[in-house]
Amino acid sequence: MLNYLWLIPIFPLLGFAINGLFGLWKVRRTGSRPAKPFIYSVGCGSVLLALLLSLGCFWELIQLDPEHRLVEQELFTWIHGPELRTVSGELVNFHITWGLQLDPLSAIMILVVTGVGFLIHVYSIGYMAEEKEGFYRFFAYMNLFMFMMLILVLANNYLVMFVGWEGVGLCSYLLIGYYIHKKSAGDAAKKAFVVNRVGDLAFIIGMLMIFSYFGTLDFTEVFEQVGEMFPTPEATWGALSWMALLLFIGATGKSAQVPLFVWLPDAMEGPTPVSALIHAATMVTAGVYMVARSTAIYSGAPDVLLIIAVVGIFTALLAASIALFQQDIKRVLAYSTVSQLGYMFAALGVGAVAAGIFHLMTHAFFKALLFLGSGSVIVALHHEQDMRKMGGLKKYLPTTCLTMWVAALAIAGVPGLAGFFSKDEILWRAFSSGHGLIWLVGVLVAGMTAFYMMRLMFLTFYGEARVSQEAAHHLHESPRVMTWPLILLAVGAFLAGYVGLPDWLGPNRFGDFLEPAVQVAYPPPAEALPAAEPLPADEAHHVDWQEIGLTVFSVTVAFIGIYLAYYLFLKHKDKPAQLREKYRAIHGVVYNKYYVDELYDLLFVNRAKGLGRFFSAFDDNVVDGAVNGSATITRISAWLSGQADIHIVDRIVNLLAQFFDSFSTVFRRFQTGLVQRYALFFVVGIILVISLYLYLES
Amino acid sequence: MSFFMENILNFVCFFPLIGVVLIVLWPKGKEHENGVKWIANIVALIGFLISIPLITAFNDPRYIDTATGMRFVIRKSWIDAIGAQYYFAIDGISLLLVLLTTLLGFIAILSSWSAITERVKEYYCYFLILQVGMLGVFMAFDFFLFYVFWEVMLVPMYFIIGVWGGPRKLYAAIKFFLYTLAGSVLLLLGILALYFYQHSVTGVWSFDILRMQQLSIPLELQQWIFLALFFGFAIKVPMFPFHTWLPDAHVEAPTAGSVILAAILLKMGTYGFVRLSLPILPEATMEFLPWLLVLSVIGIIYGALVAMMQKDMKKLVAYSSVSHLGFCMLGVFVATPVALEGGILQMINHGISTGALFLIVGIIYERRHTRMIADYGGLSHIMPVFATVFLIMTLSSIGMPTLNGFIGEFMVLQGVFADPIYKLWALFGVLGIVLGAAYMLWLYQRVMFGQLDDPENRNFPDLNWRELTTFVPLIILAFWIGLYPKTFLDYLHAPVNQIVERVRPGEFPLLPVQVAVKE
Repeated sequence: MLNYLWLIPIFPLLGFAINGLFGLWKVRRTGSRPAKPFIYSVGCGSVLLALLLSLGCFWELIQLDPEHRLVEQELFTWIHGPELRTVSGELVNFHITWGLQLDPLSAIMILVVTGVGFLIHVYSIGYMAEEKEGFYRFFAYMNLFMFMMLILVLANNYLVMFVGWEGVGLCSYLLIGYYIHKKSAGDAAKKAFVVNRVGDLAFIIGMLMIFSYFGTLDFTEVFEQVGEMFPTPEATWGALSWMALLLFIGATGKSAQVPLFVWLPDAMEGPTPVSALIHAATMVTAGVYMVARSTAIYSGAPDVLLIIAVVGIFTALLAASIALFQQDIKRVLAYSTVSQLGYMFAALGVGAVAAGIFHLMTHAFFKALLFLGSGSVIVALHHEQDMRKMGGLKKYLPTTCLTMWVAALAIAGVPGLAGFFSKDEILWRAFSSGHGLIWLVGVLVAGMTAFYMMRLMFLTFYGEARVSQEAAHHLHESPRVMTWPLILLAVGAFLAGYVGLPDWLGPNRFGDFLEPAVQVAYPPPAEALPAAEPLPADEAHHVDWQEIGLTVFSVTVAFIGIYLAYYLFLKHKDKPAQLREKYRAIHGVVYNKYYVDELYDLLFVNRAKGLGRFFSAFDDNVVDGAVNGSATITRISAWLSGQADIHIVDRIVNLLAQFFDSFSTVFRRFQTGLVQRYALFFVVGIILVISLYLYLES
Repeated sequence: MSFFMENILNFVCFFPLIGVVLIVLWPKGKEHENGVKWIANIVALIGFLISIPLITAFNDPRYIDTATGMRFVIRKSWIDAIGAQYYFAIDGISLLLVLLTTLLGFIAILSSWSAITERVKEYYCYFLILQVGMLGVFMAFDFFLFYVFWEVMLVPMYFIIGVWGGPRKLYAAIKFFLYTLAGSVLLLLGILALYFYQHSVTGVWSFDILRMQQLSIPLELQQWIFLALFFGFAIKVPMFPFHTWLPDAHVEAPTAGSVILAAILLKMGTYGFVRLSLPILPEATMEFLPWLLVLSVIGIIYGALVAMMQKDMKKLVAYSSVSHLGFCMLGVFVATPVALEGGILQMINHGISTGALFLIVGIIYERRHTRMIADYGGLSHIMPVFATVFLIMTLSSIGMPTLNGFIGEFMVLQGVFADPIYKLWALFGVLGIVLGAAYMLWLYQRVMFGQLDDPENRNFPDLNWRELTTFVPLIILAFWIGLYPKTFLDYLHAPVNQIVERVRPGEFPLLPVQVAVKE
């Protein structure tokens, strides 16, 4: 089955081709759309096939020895360019192949992508049921997204990964802008794409560097060479650090980290299944995946790792603080996603790659569930997203409410649910690797997360109903095609954590499985190894107690957050307004997202536009002015020489002519053509000549 | 060896003239216009079809000149008194450009079907003559012959803009003509200097380009000749700051004129640099390299920024050309093998995507007769097929992987970046990519997304079959180059290697062909 690895992305691609081309053909031919059952059967069926094949491949992969769990498939040559010199002076061909690889890391990713993806596809059948014109377009784009995402995670070199990377960005663009009649949707789509492109810029430069150092972009070949080419991790900033930093900047674009996080909240303009699939569960985690994939490079750049940890935890804090006050249910979830992604990066930054990927996986379940649940609410309320106009929905939407509770408690870190295990793993690794401050902020963010999640739950499902009369009439639970995915995701959000238990509870199968795929380039020196051997019983116990103690502490903080939300939004409902009045200034700044968007507009967007306007005027007036100017000068000089020609050169000629003319007027008189007059002149002349002669004679 | 294959370059180059003769003989009058269109279209299509054997027989040893490695050589004495020869040949670079020309020539003619209603006979005649001129430039390996074709192209284009153009057509046509003519005159001076120098060294009067490529000219003379050639080519490319004729010419030209202008005519300049300036004047090129790079990079960023603020669609695409050709020139001038090959591929890519973008503008111009972006909006509601085509070409233009533009851009960047001295210039190129995404997507958003609230736009028909046909080959090519560029790059390796060997002797010896297959 591993030989058919390439088919995994091909299935959704076929789905895209069938729905897209057939849809276009039908519209072009008959003006009507293909039948909906056909469209969604193709759309969901293709993803289901990919899911089944992924499960098969996964199964075969775990049958192999842990050291041999790497299957590479080179399909065909992509770019076969000429010679190139690497930095060390070696001559290599610029050669890139279309290649895929399956190892534990990509195996986890394809399961998450196809698994969660399939459920979201099914859910979309219900959510998009009222769409007429765009139904085929929606499923075609979703399939295309699945294809691109699978290429991204299955690639065996950076450039093929970049194909998926740009491809998911494109699908994100198309799906954010899905409601084409809305200007805000178009703006958000463009913003997402362009902000991502800023990150891609760094990614591209990073790839250029990698190729010019290693002479290849192939993952295994690059990672093997890291240790040879850079014998020790870089203590001072060097080439490896630059590569690492550039790739990370690329990741901040796709994974919405500071400073490039601004596009993700706006991306909520897209349909809710899109937010769940692309902007929560899969695409936005691509940056995390890419950094995890490049562990070998990062292990040589400790400075960059620290940057990642700091950026990650800062993003987590910033986004969580914004999420506290948002009124739009999807925006709360969007900022929550940014915040959780920050968590994942913090994990990668402190060297806990497995913990970061673990959180990526659990997050995919509970965040997709939260989005789909909110989508269920939004549909029930006829596309109302403002939580101030919700409340008391529990009795109308029991399944939605129940499943969302599972997800909310999971993300809040309540023991026993998926989020608890992964979040705690990250916090513990941060603490035990000596990043105390990051741990502390992480705990704080955990408390804030619990708070805003409970706020969301209470405002939506409890208290008095603030829904409009009209909407209240039609309130009903969503159809089964939507609730079943919710239930299955809830099961996932419940159970997904048990594959990665903390050390004091049992084996961390997840970490052990992932381990060979995320090797550092610099294994700890041999003399350090004995320390890793089993410790004496009492010491091991000591470590355990510390970990348990920290867990108790962070869980306590989370419960404080939960209680605060309960206190403010269920018990004393007038309190929030009072507090808002009291701290109006702070609330205003946070509520307006720290004015980051406005700042960027001021600093970059307006600058670029201004520059464009300036150059545009410059082009018309100066550059083209020079051209037209030289034309004008030519014309003026032509005119001048024309005038000179008329008034000087020609005047001289004319004067000369006049001179002769005036002469000739005298003589002309004589030439009258009258014979009589000639005879007269003749006679007069003869008389004169004779008179002269006679005079002279005398 | 058939007569046809022996003379294939003559057939490919002059076949359009048959169309001209037929059209001239065709009866006059409105009722016969369809016949004229059919003749032009069929001739152009056959012109494309007979150029296909150039690929299939390209590596046939019977048609390879062993001394020079040129293909399908036709060499006859012509003007013996000055040593000018009738010398046609192609190599891999010419091959791709010739095919691009025959294909886009057909597409441009097909796209004119309903756009041109006045003076139909003359229009198609000019187009077919233009085709001959362009093909001749890419095939001529005698400098004199080259110059003749170079000037031949100018005249029909002048009339196409000046007669069938928009409101300011005369201004644009005269500007185009005079500007490029000014460059041509300097080019001629450069050619003559080379001609006389060659005679002084070898004692032979000859315009043979391949021989000139073997001269070693003293640096100072090289520099003067380089400058003369530079103005000729840089105006044609156009490089900043010689580009201002381009937006005017594009805006005023009829759609097909813009397509050919962008896709083929601009390539004359880049081709001139690749074929003539670099290999004949290698030291001068390296001497001027920093300045050339500055101009290329200014072109990339400046062109993109100016494009962003345009209100006129055609002007926007015209300025995007300035930006994209800056990319080409960046790759060509750095002249590491990867960069040069990327630069040449980018010439082809630009022909495909910008040619298609001008067709796209033409499609909606024909429906509404305005090029102002603000007049449109929400067109994807009523024109889904058009929306798809437009999107694909936008993505091709902004370098989306799996489409053609990305391969060229990435090769240029990698080639520049691998050069130890000029590596940081690549960063400006990357900046251009971001700006490119911004202005193209903004254009797409403003034209295609949003409400369809302007009543004048409500009844736009979607693409008809003829219009769709003009795009299909371009879309196929865009994906082909994006997914499997090897087909095209393989033709470029040998000529690129020769040029690099002249410009950077000994730096990039050929590696043995290796087939890297991993288990």
